[in-house]
Amino acid sequence: MGVIDWLALAVIVPLIGALAVTALPSRVRGLGLFAACATAVIALRVTLEVWQAALLRSDLGGWGAPLGLALQADGLSAALLAMTALVGLAISISATGYFRNDDQSRHFWPLWLLLWAALNGLLLAADLFNLYVTLELVGLTAAALGALTGTRAAVAANLRYLLVGLLGSISYLLGVALLYTAYGTLDMTLLAEAMQPGPVSGSALVLMVGGLALKAAIFPLHFWLPPAHANAPAPVSAVLSALVVKAAFYLILRLWLDVFAPVVTPVASDLLGILGALAVLWGSWRALRAERLKLLAAYSTVAQIGYLCLFFPLLQATPEGTPRDDLMAALVLMALTHGFAKAGLFLAAGLVQQSAGHDRIADLGGTAQHLPATTFTIALAGTALIGLPPSGSFIGKWFLLSSAVATGQWWWIPVIMAGTLLAAAYVFRVLGRAFNLEPTPRVFVTQARTEVPALLLALTSVAVLGLVASPLWRLLGLEGGP
Amino acid sequence: MTAQFLYGGAGMILFALGLWSFLVHEPLLRKLIALNIMGGGVFHLLIAIAERGDQPPDPVPHALVLTGIVVAVSATALALAMGRRLEDDGRD
Repeated sequence: MGVIDWLALAVIVPLIGALAVTALPSRVRGLGLFAACATAVIALRVTLEVWQAALLRSDLGGWGAPLGLALQADGLSAALLAMTALVGLAISISATGYFRNDDQSRHFWPLWLLLWAALNGLLLAADLFNLYVTLELVGLTAAALGALTGTRAAVAANLRYLLVGLLGSISYLLGVALLYTAYGTLDMTLLAEAMQPGPVSGSALVLMVGGLALKAAIFPLHFWLPPAHANAPAPVSAVLSALVVKAAFYLILRLWLDVFAPVVTPVASDLLGILGALAVLWGSWRALRAERLKLLAAYSTVAQIGYLCLFFPLLQATPEGTPRDDLMAALVLMALTHGFAKAGLFLAAGLVQQSAGHDRIADLGGTAQHLPATTFTIALAGTALIGLPPSGSFIGKWFLLSSAVATGQWWWIPVIMAGTLLAAAYVFRVLGRAFNLEPTPRVFVTQARTEVPALLLALTSVAVLGLVASPLWRLLGLEGGP
Repeated sequence: MTAQFLYGGAGMILFALGLWSFLVHEPLLRKLIALNIMGGGVFHLLIAIAERGDQPPDPVPHALVLTGIVVAVSATALALAMGRRLEDDGRD
């Protein structure tokens, strides 16, 4: 580990940044951007160390488990930490151009840096109670950020999001209390070793995963997501869809595969898979019928979370070995691809909304002429959402399909096919509208500061994650590869 | 032991009552009170499991309850602030 504790820094630096921008509101942009860059560098440094050492652990203040609180980074958390860093940096740069009003800027930056600190804390926490605290911090700051525009619709939607999130975390906390009653520890590694199937563990699993499913918007608990995400300012929607929902899903994955592995039954995994299948179909259908671009993006998030849930029954049916490793890496790859693509899509939708004054899909005519780079971003992000090659989700869906065949669970295949077709339909519906005016555009980039980060995000989801996916297998410490 | 069961059981009942009230009642204030009662139920349970007979009580659940109270207060405050904003908007 060395003298510098990078894991602790990944949480402390954005926290200090949030305090600094609150204390010095006149320099909010410069300071905020500086803190964002520093946080991203530290997070990438942690990822690099995990790449070399496979597992990092730091007992804060020299107090070990079971009494102390520890931070821990393995391949899974490092991969998501790196995504949070890159997406967060792009969103930060784009936000300096998006929030031209000083007042909004002053409210955005402290909350966003706090949220970033909480996200890093959540990804690095090694015990269940730290996870509860960071989960609540994420929920509180995300709801406050979502209501930033102050319009009635935004406040109402985010108040609902806040209440739903609180219900989810209280349920999670009861699960934690039950686990502490039964096992007397909160450390995830120690719990995973001690876990036995039984009524207490079973109830804790249901309470914790149920609460988190509310926060991760797993069908049919997704009802709060579309209004909350569609009414937030664009950089905030990008954060909410790409990172916040992913954080809750990360926690489900962690609990399901690590902590509760002996308790989870095939029936429970099948149930998650069925909910995922319904989410894919329902979310894609609603995205196709959406009248506004941001609402389309929000419903597409519901569908994409559904794809991630489809992995659970397949992981359950696949024995340890290379096929399971491939499936696990494909799951992370799809989550990362969606994170980059959806952040890019929301930032692009925000630009369309700012330049046209609305984001009604029916009236998007001429967007390709006014904002060529933004239209290109929407097309690239759409490629990743559909799962066309060479995007990362193409590889993800490939492994998903081949594993459905290998485990004999063929019934997931029509769902994936239908979801892909619906995704193609809703993406081309937007692009078809955007291209329906004539003259060829003269300049490709019109507002560099806001357009380029979005473009880079979408490009990462398609080109980088698709063509250079194999290092992810190594980072996660898994065998196999595309 | 009986006291511990009574206290923990009461916590579970509070949690269930709060959940029922949260799901059934529409007004924001009632939902918030219900959430706080649910939280109170979980804290009851945590305090009950801290008891260890003759030995001094387990400090970890106590620390969890203290942190949980801070979180519950701030969450309630944020929800109230947002609710007030909605009400003020409605009056204009």
